[in-house]
Amino acid sequence: MREEIIISGRMNPGIDPVLTAWGWEIPVYLFLGGLAAGLLFFAGLYYLLGKAKKYPAAVRKAPVLVPVLLALGLFALFLDLHHKPYFWRLYTTIKLQSPMSWGAWTLMLITPLSMIWAALHIREWFPNWDWKFQWLRDLEKFFSAYKKQMAWAMTILGLILGIYTGILFSAFNARPLWNTSILGPLFLASGLSAGSALIMLISNKHKERRVFAQIDLIVIAVEFFFIIHMLMGFQASTQVQIDAAQIFLGGPLTAPFWIFVVILGMIVPAVLEIMELRHFKIPVVIPVSLILFGSFMLRWLISNAGQLSRYLY
Amino acid sequence: MKTTRRDFIKISALGLGAATIGGSVATAATKSFFGADKLNKLMTKRTATYCEVCFWQCAAWAYTDGADNIKKVIGHPDDPHCNGRLCPRGTGGVGMYNDKDRLKTPLIRVTDKNGKQTFREASWDEAFDVIAQGMKKIAQEHGPECVALFTHGSGGKFWGHLLKAYGSNNISAPSYAQCRGPREVAWQGTFGEGLGSPEPIDIRDTKCLVLIGSHLGENMHNGQIQEMSDAIDKDATIITVDPRFSTAASHSKYWLPIKPATDIALLLSWIHVLINQGWYDKAYVEKHTYGFELLKTHVKDFTPEWAYGITTIKPDVIRKTAREMFNAAPSVIVHPGRHVTWYGDDTQRLRAVAILNALLGSWGRRGGFYLSDGISLPQFPHPPYPKPKRNWKDAFPGQYNLADSALANGICDATLPAASRDCTIKGWIVNGTNLIFTLPNIENTKKAIENLDLLVVIDTMPMEITGYADVILPECTYLERYDELRTSRHRYPTIALREPAVEPQYNSKPGWWMAKQLGHKLGLDEYFKYNDIEEVLDWQLKQVGSSLDEMKRLGVKKLDRDAFAPLYFNENEAVEFFTNTGKIELYATSFINEGFDPMPKYTPHPEPPEGYYRLNYGRAPMHTFSRTANNPNLTDLMDENTVWVNPKVAKVWSLENDQYVWLENQDGVVTSFPIKVRVTERIRWDSVYMVHGFGHKNEKLSRANGRGASDSELITNVMVDPIMGGTGMRGNFVTFHTKKPAKGGLL
Amino acid sequence: MRYAMAIDTKKCVGCSDCVVACQTENDVPIGYCRDWVVEVTDGTYPQLETEIRSERCNHCDNSPCVRCCPTGASHYAEGGIVLVTKNECIGCGACIQSCPYDARYTHPDGYVDKCTFCMHRVKKGMEPACVAVCPTKCMYFGDLDDPNSPVSKILKTRKFKVLAPEAGTKPNVYYLI
Ligand SMILES: Nc1nc2c(c(=O)[nH]1)N[C@H]1C(S)=C(S)[C@@H](COP(=O)(O)OP(=O)(O)OC[C@H]3O[C@@H](n4cnc5c(=O)[nH]c(N)nc54)[C@H](O)[C@@H]3O)O[C@H]1N2
Ligand SMILES: Nc1nc2c(c(=O)[nH]1)N[C@H]1C(S)=C(S)[C@@H](COP(=O)(O)OP(=O)(O)OC[C@H]3O[C@@H](n4cnc5c(=O)[nH]c(N)nc54)[C@H](O)[C@@H]3O)O[C@H]1N2
Ligand code: SF4
Ligand code: SF4
Ligand code: SF4
Ligand code: SF4
Ligand code: SF4
Ligand SMILES: [Mo]
Repeated sequence: MREEIIISGRMNPGIDPVLTAWGWEIPVYLFLGGLAAGLLFFAGLYYLLGKAKKYPAAVRKAPVLVPVLLALGLFALFLDLHHKPYFWRLYTTIKLQSPMSWGAWTLMLITPLSMIWAALHIREWFPNWDWKFQWLRDLEKFFSAYKKQMAWAMTILGLILGIYTGILFSAFNARPLWNTSILGPLFLASGLSAGSALIMLISNKHKERRVFAQIDLIVIAVEFFFIIHMLMGFQASTQVQIDAAQIFLGGPLTAPFWIFVVILGMIVPAVLEIMELRHFKIPVVIPVSLILFGSFMLRWLISNAGQLSRYLY
Repeated sequence: MKTTRRDFIKISALGLGAATIGGSVATAATKSFFGADKLNKLMTKRTATYCEVCFWQCAAWAYTDGADNIKKVIGHPDDPHCNGRLCPRGTGGVGMYNDKDRLKTPLIRVTDKNGKQTFREASWDEAFDVIAQGMKKIAQEHGPECVALFTHGSGGKFWGHLLKAYGSNNISAPSYAQCRGPREVAWQGTFGEGLGSPEPIDIRDTKCLVLIGSHLGENMHNGQIQEMSDAIDKDATIITVDPRFSTAASHSKYWLPIKPATDIALLLSWIHVLINQGWYDKAYVEKHTYGFELLKTHVKDFTPEWAYGITTIKPDVIRKTAREMFNAAPSVIVHPGRHVTWYGDDTQRLRAVAILNALLGSWGRRGGFYLSDGISLPQFPHPPYPKPKRNWKDAFPGQYNLADSALANGICDATLPAASRDCTIKGWIVNGTNLIFTLPNIENTKKAIENLDLLVVIDTMPMEITGYADVILPECTYLERYDELRTSRHRYPTIALREPAVEPQYNSKPGWWMAKQLGHKLGLDEYFKYNDIEEVLDWQLKQVGSSLDEMKRLGVKKLDRDAFAPLYFNENEAVEFFTNTGKIELYATSFINEGFDPMPKYTPHPEPPEGYYRLNYGRAPMHTFSRTANNPNLTDLMDENTVWVNPKVAKVWSLENDQYVWLENQDGVVTSFPIKVRVTERIRWDSVYMVHGFGHKNEKLSRANGRGASDSELITNVMVDPIMGGTGMRGNFVTFHTKKPAKGGLL
Repeated sequence: MRYAMAIDTKKCVGCSDCVVACQTENDVPIGYCRDWVVEVTDGTYPQLETEIRSERCNHCDNSPCVRCCPTGASHYAEGGIVLVTKNECIGCGACIQSCPYDARYTHPDGYVDKCTFCMHRVKKGMEPACVAVCPTKCMYFGDLDDPNSPVSKILKTRKFKVLAPEAGTKPNVYYLI
């Protein structure tokens, strides 16, 4: 028998008995960031493809929510900070090797951009909106002229933000379960899936819904492939990573992972979407909320599982 | 009715501490009002002290900031007990001072009209009045000899002085009959002198260290740990005999996983091998010992093969380790141990250890046992003590004549009334010993307590024993008081000073002050003719050419060895030992005179019945018995004990790591509290192991209450050593309960 | 200058004095610690081996905690000592996640804290508090660039290992085996 114990009673809060330095705040931050990334990506992309009229929910309506999502996400991040009065320190340095720094700066760029885009489309939600001040009206006019450039920026920054939500984890070598480059694409896919689901919910055009249901199905398939790929990658790797994957393959988080993320968060909504596409009457809110829930659970579980996994020495 | 006369009272009764806490808040407030707090933090001051967290008494400097916060306690570099390094308990000693659960003010037991007993806060004067009245009454009705003192740790001198002045010499410490008594008697019977503390063992220069049980590394007696480490550096061979894979065993070249209770067989066969192979120091044995031929005949049949059948230690291992000892001789130490009251034949086991050392010629030799030196300070002048007419020994006519100190358990027994004698003890003064946890057979201790007319407890913490007191006197901690000077013997003599680093917190007072005040109340003014302790210390120090001022500066004063007393035997000189024959007695004449075996014999001891496991207990490096169980710094390292269970046993009982169980012993006694299981290979399948000192009942101990279980409760079978009265405590067997049993514990 | 520590597992008894000493020296609040002691037992009774190690931040040469810190609060100081500047730290916890040894924790005041190799003492030419207190004298500290430092000398004569070398952090705490 091998027995490995700490005999000096170490009980650092958040570290012992298992690492829980990150609670719900970071997963929420990443979920909302991923969702926002998905929305921005689709809005930018379909604007550039000239489908603004055809897919109004994607291009005009949903992105109005993005600043709110980002603000909530940032607030969650803020809640996670334990030394809050020093928050501003994030913006006195640019640290290229730090994903946290990266994220902070990406959000720094993306938030104003998304706010402008939202402002331009605020009348989708409040048709009688009036900017009250002339200079605001002038600004609106000014930005309307740069919609194309903004769409490009949104598409690209959306992708970066989506990938970043995964990289924040995968940059940590020390947590074997996070130590895989697949997390970036996986979280991007999950963000896109969540984004397309939300567009489906917001859209009242049948055609648009169908398109996003199809997109979602493809993204779910890709996401599923990434998950399998990730687990197989661990199995083929070092002992610490084999042990790490065990958390989802028979270990403590197996049931929640497969039930909440894969079955309820991917397979069931996919089936419902297929049925919907085959003209069964399914209330759209069901698959959409399942997808959003699954997308959050993916981050929540990966966050916790990563903190459970460790180097043995 | 007797049984309700002294209910155990949780000290939480009455608004204890409200006033005193208010006081400390007020002082804190004034301090911060003047802004002094911050400023003062920058200045540090150091004061000399010696540690009171165990009985090794390491000298140290206590560092305080200007706001009177004790920041840290650091070992004194000139002190041979610690060489500038305290052990974890000493380093965490500030927790004794900072513990909010401390006793804060004198308490007196009162009974209200409904018969309910509580403690009431009292002034010092009231408390002394009650005690003095009680003591005077006992002296009148039964004689002063009917008051006894139990004391452990410093402060004992003051209370001892008081008791002797009062007219009793019933003064005992649990460090004798529950600890090292058998060893002292065995050593006296062999070498003509005991070992004392710190033991004069030259571990740092040894080439071979043999540990019989002694779990150095868990037993943190500082100097020994430090020197064991030096020995490892010098590549000394360490041989550990222990049924458990102790920390020392894990650092040893040889670990002999002996079957419990069979050590004497191993020791005898080692003696056999040494003699039969001629692996002993012939010149030394020739010159210094008595009875070699008798010993040789005695051990003739104790072959390694014979011992193998008993101990399960393979014959070739016995021979190989014997050879290692001889190769190293005389720089070899067969460690005499310290807590040696195991199986009731302990004096004989330690005799075997002493004989081994004698054969290897390690006594008085470099790398073996050095000849210690110390200074004795004159007592502050006082009239001679009255001569007591009787003492506790009257309860044991003809018994324990070889014991050179009073037995704590003996005094306990002498408190139980018996028709056959008139000296039944009626009053106890208990200073710095938690008798409930310390003496085996708790029922017996409680019964004795019920028969008392007066029980005074001097303690720093609301430990179990305080719950039975009539009067509780809160002593301030060692960091807040002067104490007697430390003059223990070592490689060279030293004096160490303990000076208060800060003022006493709450309404606590130093022991010397209490003893003096009570002395005056008892009309013993002649014995206390000084104003305060500083006067006494200064006087004593001046007699030996120092002074209190000098000691405050030095902390520890190193003195020269007596020029005519070398550290080791001078090879060319004859040595006179203080035995009957003047020689090292392999054949103990003093023993045969008292009717005991002059040479050790092996006798088998009972083994655990089916479904039971031998209760083994010991120390954790970060705790001292029960005294640290509530220390905030040390509970941070370990806040409960665990019961070690071999994986095979765990499987049989379906026990898992961290599961809580209750233990029940062979007499049906169940632990008051559950204890966490630690499944580990480090313990044998026929035993369980736990650290002594946990499982406290008193709710006032906020960190210790209900944490872990107490081994003391489970020690109801006591195997008394017929030679000196030591209480063998390792013959108890326990079984597991995974659900709380109906029966309660003894606490 | 490259500060390093070597700890002799053949002498350490797991007493945890290094932990209390660090707490009192560095005002580490009760309930928290910058160093800790691990005990590993292998085998079956009575064929057993136990290794006891006092662990702390390894002051890694290639430390992910410095890299991942978004504000620069975690940084290398003199002699390669990895430090956290209290009032630059936002308490984001990234460095905690990045350390394979779980050597960091969030101080109740909010910033992240860990072993400093007792920089304040070392600057004055003293040993770190844990090294100075260890009753078994099993810890060696000093400058690896100085061949006469206690740590250089002991590493020359003894076999040693570092913890989780595969994590690639290049630790500067060595375990003598
Ligand atoms: N940290 C710490 N250190 C202390 C103390 C403390 O409270 N805390 N107390 C101090 C005091 S006063 C004392 S007396 C000493 C006591 O410390 P020691 O003198 O070392 O006590 P022992 O009873 O010899 O040691 C207990 C060991 O004996 C082993 N043992 C049990 N049964 C047998 C047996 O049948 N045969 C053999 N060979 N071994 C057996 C146990 O497995 C355990 O490892 O410690 C001192 N040091
Ligand atoms: N079951 C069991 N019993 C044992 C042992 C065992 O291992 N198991 N070990 C035996 C051995 S080896 C020994 S030496 C004895 C030790 O027995 P004790 O000396 O009784 O040990 P402690 O439990 O530490 O009790 C010390 C008491 O002193 C108090 N105290 C601490 N500091 C001060 C102070 O400065 N002033 C005053 N007035 N009081 C203070 C503490 O609060 C505590 O109540 O126990 C023996 N009994
Ligand atoms: S050995 Fe430890 S507890 Fe005992 S006196 Fe020394 S420092 Fe204090
Ligand atoms: S103080 Fe020394 S012996 Fe004790 S645990 Fe720490 S490193 Fe080990
Ligand atoms: S041990 Fe951890 S905290 Fe210390 S330098 Fe290495 S990675 Fe950073
Ligand atoms: S918690 Fe502080 S030190 Fe750690 S990465 Fe964040 S800002 Fe840097
Ligand atoms: S070097 Fe200093 S800060 Fe680091 S563990 Fe040791 S005592 Fe603590
Ligand atoms: Mo003892």
